[in-house]
Amino acid sequence: MSTTEHSEYIDSETGKLGMWLFLFTELFLFGGLFIVYAVMRSKYSEDFHHAALELNAFIGATNTVVLLVSSMTVAMSLTAIQKNQSGKAVGLIFITLLLAGIFMVNKYFEWGHKIGLHLYPGSDVMKTLPHGEIMFFGLYFMMTGLHLLHVIIGGILLTIVMLRLRSGKINYEHYLLHENGALYWHLVDLIWIFLFPLLYLIT
Amino acid sequence: MKNHEDHISSYTLNLKVLLILLILTTISILAVKMHLGTFTVTLALIIASVKVTVVLTYFMHLKFENLLLRLMVGGVFLLFAIVIVITFIDYYFR
Amino acid sequence: MNYSTPTAPLNYLNHKTGLWSWLSSTDHKRIGLLYLYSITVFFCAAAVLGLLMKIEKFAPGETIMTAQTYNGIFTIHGIIMIFIVVIPGLAAVFGNFFLPIMIGAKDVAFPKLNLFSWYVYITGACLGLYSQFAKGHVPDAGWTFYVPYSAEVNSNIVIALTAAFILGFASILTGLNFIVTMHRMRAPGMGWFRMPLFPWSLYATAWIQILATPIIGITLLMVIAERTLQIGFFNPALGGDPVLYQHLFWIYSHPAVYVMILPAMGVVSEIFPTFSQKPIFGYMPIVFSSLAIALVGYFVWGHHMFTSGMSYEARWFFSFLTFLVAIPSAIKVFNWLSTMYGGSVDLKPPLLYAISFIFLFTIGGFTGLTLGSLATNIQTHNTDFVVAHFHYIIFGGMGFGFFAGIHYWYPKIYGRMYSNRWANIAWVFVFTGFNVLYFPMFIIGLQGMPRRYFDYDPKFQTGQMISSIGAFILIIGLIGMISNLVYHRRRGAIAPANPWHGVTLEWQVPSPPPHENFDEVPVITHDPYVFDNPVIK
Repeated sequence: MSTTEHSEYIDSETGKLGMWLFLFTELFLFGGLFIVYAVMRSKYSEDFHHAALELNAFIGATNTVVLLVSSMTVAMSLTAIQKNQSGKAVGLIFITLLLAGIFMVNKYFEWGHKIGLHLYPGSDVMKTLPHGEIMFFGLYFMMTGLHLLHVIIGGILLTIVMLRLRSGKINYEHYLLHENGALYWHLVDLIWIFLFPLLYLIT
Repeated sequence: MKNHEDHISSYTLNLKVLLILLILTTISILAVKMHLGTFTVTLALIIASVKVTVVLTYFMHLKFENLLLRLMVGGVFLLFAIVIVITFIDYYFR
Repeated sequence: MNYSTPTAPLNYLNHKTGLWSWLSSTDHKRIGLLYLYSITVFFCAAAVLGLLMKIEKFAPGETIMTAQTYNGIFTIHGIIMIFIVVIPGLAAVFGNFFLPIMIGAKDVAFPKLNLFSWYVYITGACLGLYSQFAKGHVPDAGWTFYVPYSAEVNSNIVIALTAAFILGFASILTGLNFIVTMHRMRAPGMGWFRMPLFPWSLYATAWIQILATPIIGITLLMVIAERTLQIGFFNPALGGDPVLYQHLFWIYSHPAVYVMILPAMGVVSEIFPTFSQKPIFGYMPIVFSSLAIALVGYFVWGHHMFTSGMSYEARWFFSFLTFLVAIPSAIKVFNWLSTMYGGSVDLKPPLLYAISFIFLFTIGGFTGLTLGSLATNIQTHNTDFVVAHFHYIIFGGMGFGFFAGIHYWYPKIYGRMYSNRWANIAWVFVFTGFNVLYFPMFIIGLQGMPRRYFDYDPKFQTGQMISSIGAFILIIGLIGMISNLVYHRRRGAIAPANPWHGVTLEWQVPSPPPHENFDEVPVITHDPYVFDNPVIK
């Protein structure tokens, strides 16, 4: 039974279940794009292969590593707060946020490079490309764009967690928001784990 | 509420999980260079699925959560897979 | 006793007063009423739009509006009815009000999120309305927004798409809240299979809301990307496939119709036992058929696309699954009817509407099979036959389910009784008007009358005229029904706690319920539909 009326804290199992359900909606949100990818990929496998050569697999791989490490650091930050080591927890979240920043900077350069080459949806160059390549780049921008939006949201969420760790509102007895923020960050990582091979490794 | 049965993953466990993930990532990148043709994609997707399972199981704590949550997660992925398969009943046979 | 005197018992209505106390309340009962009033307003607006369409169709040629206006009207009528009224409808109103009470809880799992959902809903609804008044032409692509038209037409499509996206978000948040509530907040002793059937229907519905809505979300974003960035997924000139849009659209919008109907089925599953004074026939089959409908409903979406160019294998598959998904619904109909058999049947307004629900839903269901069958679909697709079918199912089903629910739970919500006589007379107009309005559309549809056409061959005029007359009869009935409820809100006889001798938990608390529902946490010791003693120990 919930005792929410006597506590400002939501019961942790309840809150966690709510977060997981929200993650399911995010999976299906990206899922729609994966459906489009699957259909277009099966229709235009040659063009996809060719278009993927435009992508920089090195930046893609770096970003993959960055996100994987950040997943570890956020998981570790949870371990830290569970062990009542809130200073460590704050530090680990900070590192996570730094890694998120690196991801975003990489993305900025990646996109900037493409946009500089006039390789973006609706551009003059795009219109001249084979159909399959147009589809690939459309998917590339929309999938990584939506993913980037979630990186930003995740970053904001983790910043709030970090601030609350410092103020003590999140502590070793009450860390639901921390747990849920970490779950959201892992989702961001999960999606990238699928995006990376589908966009960068099909050469 | 503090949940006293909350499992705490050690720092070393988290590190080990990362190492596994990095190894799997490396394999999938190397697989591209091995020119396996169309199998590259399948392999990349299989490896990605393994990585996702690892993240879900350890980083996202599913291994230590109740069965209900694990069933839900499994069900969600299964439902999505079915929807893609059904969509291809159209596209594959057109 | 007058509830407005200082000695009136404290309940959720007089707990705090003033407009702001309502707009800032996290009490699930008040939030349910916020939804009730907003949905009623939008329903009336969309009903008037429907009436305008019927006036236009009274005679061939231009009667009161141009073709372009007609297109804009059927578009916004659909958007309001589908996204603003019917999809949220029962769950947001009666689910919010009664789910916690029926499972013995004080509130939902996340009360603040619940209030936030209503604000998200209002934002989306107002944005949808804004599409009508913003600079530019009103959207005219239908609520289905099919490409290529929706991607190319110069009208306020992006506003409407954004509104639908926001409304979807509200739907997701409600579904999330309900699932967690049912998993975590049931009273001691209330195992899953002691939960009444209305909560079960909300559970199945909530899963669909969680897992289907995001797909329409991303699809609408893709159309916005099509319009603003020429992304091309659905544009053959750039390599895309317009049928892919249809797939994505219906992957959500078919399960969405189960979001519409499952709670209505839940409501009538409550009404039949109460007004037969005997347990529901087949509790378990109804539970599992609800879950089966939710699950199998995911796999039938292609039956909206039989003439769009899908492969033969896909058409076969979707038709077959469509026939399968009808089975659990049929099981429920048998169970409801069997509940009445041998019972002490009391034909009060809630039961009258519930029985009408069965009649109208069955017609809708059978005609769904005609549409789901590949050969006959070719004749009926995109005709008024479809329009009649879905109005029988959605309006006859969810709508009448909603009317049944409001007549059932009104005494509990307001602590007042409405006039049965007035309700019954209104019902005559509503039921008659409904059938006179929609049944002819089956016939002219079979004869070839296309849907969404503002003009027609004179051979359809008789059918169209009869239909339009039906619209007027229906509107009279609706006005009568609503005014009965509004009038007696403060003037009706004081309602007892249990006017219908129901046995679920909501009837064991006062009418209106206290602010926190229960004075003491109830402990459940029985199955939900035992009629010799009430459920609370």
